[in-house]
Amino acid sequence: MRTWLAALLLCFTGVVSAAIQPLEFHDAEEEARFRALTTELRCVMCQNQSLADSDAQIAHDLRLQVLELMREGRSDEEIKAYLVARYSDFVLYRPPVEPRTWLLWFGPAVVLLAGAVVVTVVVRRRAAAAPALPPAEDEQEW
Amino acid sequence: MIKRLLPLLVFIALAVLLGAGVLMNAGRDTKAIPSPLLGKPAPDFALPVLDEPERVVSKADLLGQPYLLNVWGSWCPACRDEHPVITDLARSGRIRVIGYDYKDEADEARRWLAQFGNPYALVIVDADGRAALDWGIYGAPETFLVDAGGMVRWKFVGPLTPEVVQEQLLPQLEALE
Repeated sequence: MRTWLAALLLCFTGVVSAAIQPLEFHDAEEEARFRALTTELRCVMCQNQSLADSDAQIAHDLRLQVLELMREGRSDEEIKAYLVARYSDFVLYRPPVEPRTWLLWFGPAVVLLAGAVVVTVVVRRRAAAAPALPPAEDEQEW
Repeated sequence: MIKRLLPLLVFIALAVLLGAGVLMNAGRDTKAIPSPLLGKPAPDFALPVLDEPERVVSKADLLGQPYLLNVWGSWCPACRDEHPVITDLARSGRIRVIGYDYKDEADEARRWLAQFGNPYALVIVDADGRAALDWGIYGAPETFLVDAGGMVRWKFVGPLTPEVVQEQLLPQLEALE
């Protein structure tokens, strides 16, 4: 029973490794550009992984497509636009700055600024309320 | 008094904000990516027919009548769950249902259809899944509604259920008629 199972599992790994072949690069420069580009793109299937990291079938297909587009001489921006036209802004880890995404891009800075304003107001008020004279036991030695 | 309540008010405001975020996402399938194709022409394609591999069907061949493009594969368990719903829809005659056999072996696909029944008016084959990229397909099942003019009207990611048909697809079909 156990050998039978093992044989079956081996069959499957054989099929899988045959289906997913590693990409072959012409040179190190191409590989570096490909890696940089695919880590900037989000896998559509397992959305918490980048296109570079994902093992999903669709990620494999998309990586192959990205490499082919690179070889056709398309720029990184053109390749991103190609994917956005098919899979929406979802594939971008850094979505474009537009009215719809203003809150996303500038929200944190606005919250930080509001926090700074509150802290400044509180500190000023406390400083104004504090007695001008130093405390009586100021000469105490530490 | 207001001063002492201020932290509580800030806390309530934050809680409402977080609660709204959770509620807004509760009924939504966060894995489903909205299709940028909606309201736009369907992509060009030319794919062989499952039962007549020498016959190629293109986008132009399907114009003139609306159709439902159902992406499936014999390897896909959820497609089996969806199969009765697709069959009912095809039998009702409301819409032409076209099968899109995605990343599949032709023999396996034929066997699957023979076993469960073939609801499709036509099955086109995308064996290596390359044409699927133009549709923004990233798995199976997925379903597109394309109108007579070749515009994509609706897309659903995941298995169709009677509820989805009733609440989403049928109103779309009525809008077409």
